[in-house]
Amino acid sequence: MFDTLIQQAFNALQQGSIYALIALGYCLVYGVLLLINFAHGDIFMVGAYIAFFVASTALGKYGLLPPGMPKWVILAATVPLTMLLTSGVGVFIERVAYRPLRLKGANRLYVVITALMMGIILEYGNLSILGANRLSFPTLTPRMIFEPFGARITITELSTIITSFAVFALLQWIVTKTKLGMAMRAVSYDKFAVPLMGIPLDAVIVFTFFLGSSMAGLAGLLYAMNFPVLDPFMGAMVGWKAFVAAVVGGIGDIRGAFVGGFLMAFLEVAVVAASDYIPFIKPEMRDLVSFSVLLVILTFKPTGIFGKPKTTKI
Amino acid sequence: MGNRITVPTALGALLILMMAMAQVGALSQYMLTFLCSMGIYIILSASLNLVNGYMGEFSCGHAGFMAVGAYASSIVGVFLFVPDPVFGQPWLPMSLTPFAFPLILAVGFVTAALAGLVVAIPSFKTRGDYLAVITLAAGYIVKSAIENIEAVGGPRGFMGMGKIVQGMESLAGIPWMLVWIFLGVTFTIWILRRFVYSTYGKGVMAIHQDEVAAEIMSVDTNKMKLIAFMLSSGLAGLAGGLYAYLISFVNPASFTILRSTECLVMVYLGGMGSLTGSVLAAIVFAIMLEFLKPLEQLKWVAIPLLLILLMQFRPEGIMGNRELSDIFPKLKRFYRFK
Repeated sequence: MFDTLIQQAFNALQQGSIYALIALGYCLVYGVLLLINFAHGDIFMVGAYIAFFVASTALGKYGLLPPGMPKWVILAATVPLTMLLTSGVGVFIERVAYRPLRLKGANRLYVVITALMMGIILEYGNLSILGANRLSFPTLTPRMIFEPFGARITITELSTIITSFAVFALLQWIVTKTKLGMAMRAVSYDKFAVPLMGIPLDAVIVFTFFLGSSMAGLAGLLYAMNFPVLDPFMGAMVGWKAFVAAVVGGIGDIRGAFVGGFLMAFLEVAVVAASDYIPFIKPEMRDLVSFSVLLVILTFKPTGIFGKPKTTKI
Repeated sequence: MGNRITVPTALGALLILMMAMAQVGALSQYMLTFLCSMGIYIILSASLNLVNGYMGEFSCGHAGFMAVGAYASSIVGVFLFVPDPVFGQPWLPMSLTPFAFPLILAVGFVTAALAGLVVAIPSFKTRGDYLAVITLAAGYIVKSAIENIEAVGGPRGFMGMGKIVQGMESLAGIPWMLVWIFLGVTFTIWILRRFVYSTYGKGVMAIHQDEVAAEIMSVDTNKMKLIAFMLSSGLAGLAGGLYAYLISFVNPASFTILRSTECLVMVYLGGMGSLTGSVLAAIVFAIMLEFLKPLEQLKWVAIPLLLILLMQFRPEGIMGNRELSDIFPKLKRFYRFK
């Protein structure tokens, strides 16, 4: 019983790391632009695909590195490349879809619709280009298994968990201690006064998208390493869950997003684990439970757990 | 006085013309199905326009309410008229179907309106982006819930509605589904027009302009939102019921976010807050879908792209905030649009 609990806790931590990474991206963009970037989940999906192509082609067969390299070198090269390319996708979307609307001063609703449509375009564009056959991700990590307290945990899972905590620490440092982070917080506080102070607004927004999308890319890579099957719609559901996590934590607050991601994962794993003991609960009810939690939380605390209520000025 | 007779006469003439054309074979089965699906699109587009256009909120879970209506109508119909392994022997003879069909649709309407409460109640406190999230979540919840109910076939879907349509056709050989959908469209447009240009509709538009100010000016905003959401989702349920009987098969996979996206495209193509715009956009959109059929998967790149371009270059859509009578004032002789 005890080792099953530990095992499930590790599973939840692994799942939560991915959610938390994506939720952080949602949170950054929302914090700076007050825009729910609905395409973020699909950027994560694109990130997983980019990781696949980088790892299996560019670096292996035809690539930058000579063949016969040890796997850890490939992995070390895949991580920054994936993050860079994925952030390129995010910045590109911002440039072609969101920025024109922002410069026109369009209704925020139009931006949200554009984001939602962008996500669908990414999914179906991918489907029509690459077809519906699922790709399987190459193994890049050695098969090492640790057994703390009788639970089994592979090196991939462990590194996923450690990475997410490291990224969170880095992000916290960027936002609270660097000039760029200060600029980001300033933009989120008052978009109109910031350019008057000599802060390049567009550069700050691009940097925000860069950060958020690179983390989505990293999450994509980690996800592909943990669950090595890619399909064009994987981003939709995972992205949604991450978004729910960000909302539950209180969107616009980095700690909230991080905690929310793990909370979400623990909840899901609890539903799956409970399905063994309680007759009417089925593992397929994961989505049902998570979305219902979202509804309940938004009904009673519209700004999430860590969020601060805003007053409406007349 | 003329405007009290012209429109019903014109509509009746149109319906009789279509039925006659179907009888003599001028309308092929393909054309009939196309017209029916166009009618369903009109209902969806007009009903979503109430929330997204007139009230200015952003609902993107319309497909969820459509699913509720579709399943409720199907289950009631099959329960009453068709022998089924789950629901047992039929309660009523097949000869009653033409009289019971409006009731079957009404059940779908009411059930979907009640499901609309799931969105309406949180909307009292939350607005804008968060409400959009709630509607999306509601759409997912409905789909997920239906998938988990084994009695209605879960993810495999539910059938048996075809027998009811056949039963009606054996009583009288007219294109029944076309008639019902025509009546459904007429009812939808009638009730929406009556609602939107009544005192209630003024309240809904006031919420769109400024909610706080509307509240101060004694508009009961919560009540307005409740009514608007429930009417909108109820009509979506009506469309769902008609859809279920049209293709005589429902499964959760037909009510995904893509279906909601279709509704959104129609509303913003037609213009927010324009009923005639909604109808026109639905007609244009249905024709466009037929032409995009050969594209298969790329269709779902083209439709969102269309919406993105709309948002960039003409966010007010075809009609903007106007009705047909604002463009062609002469029409006011026949019909009062507002």
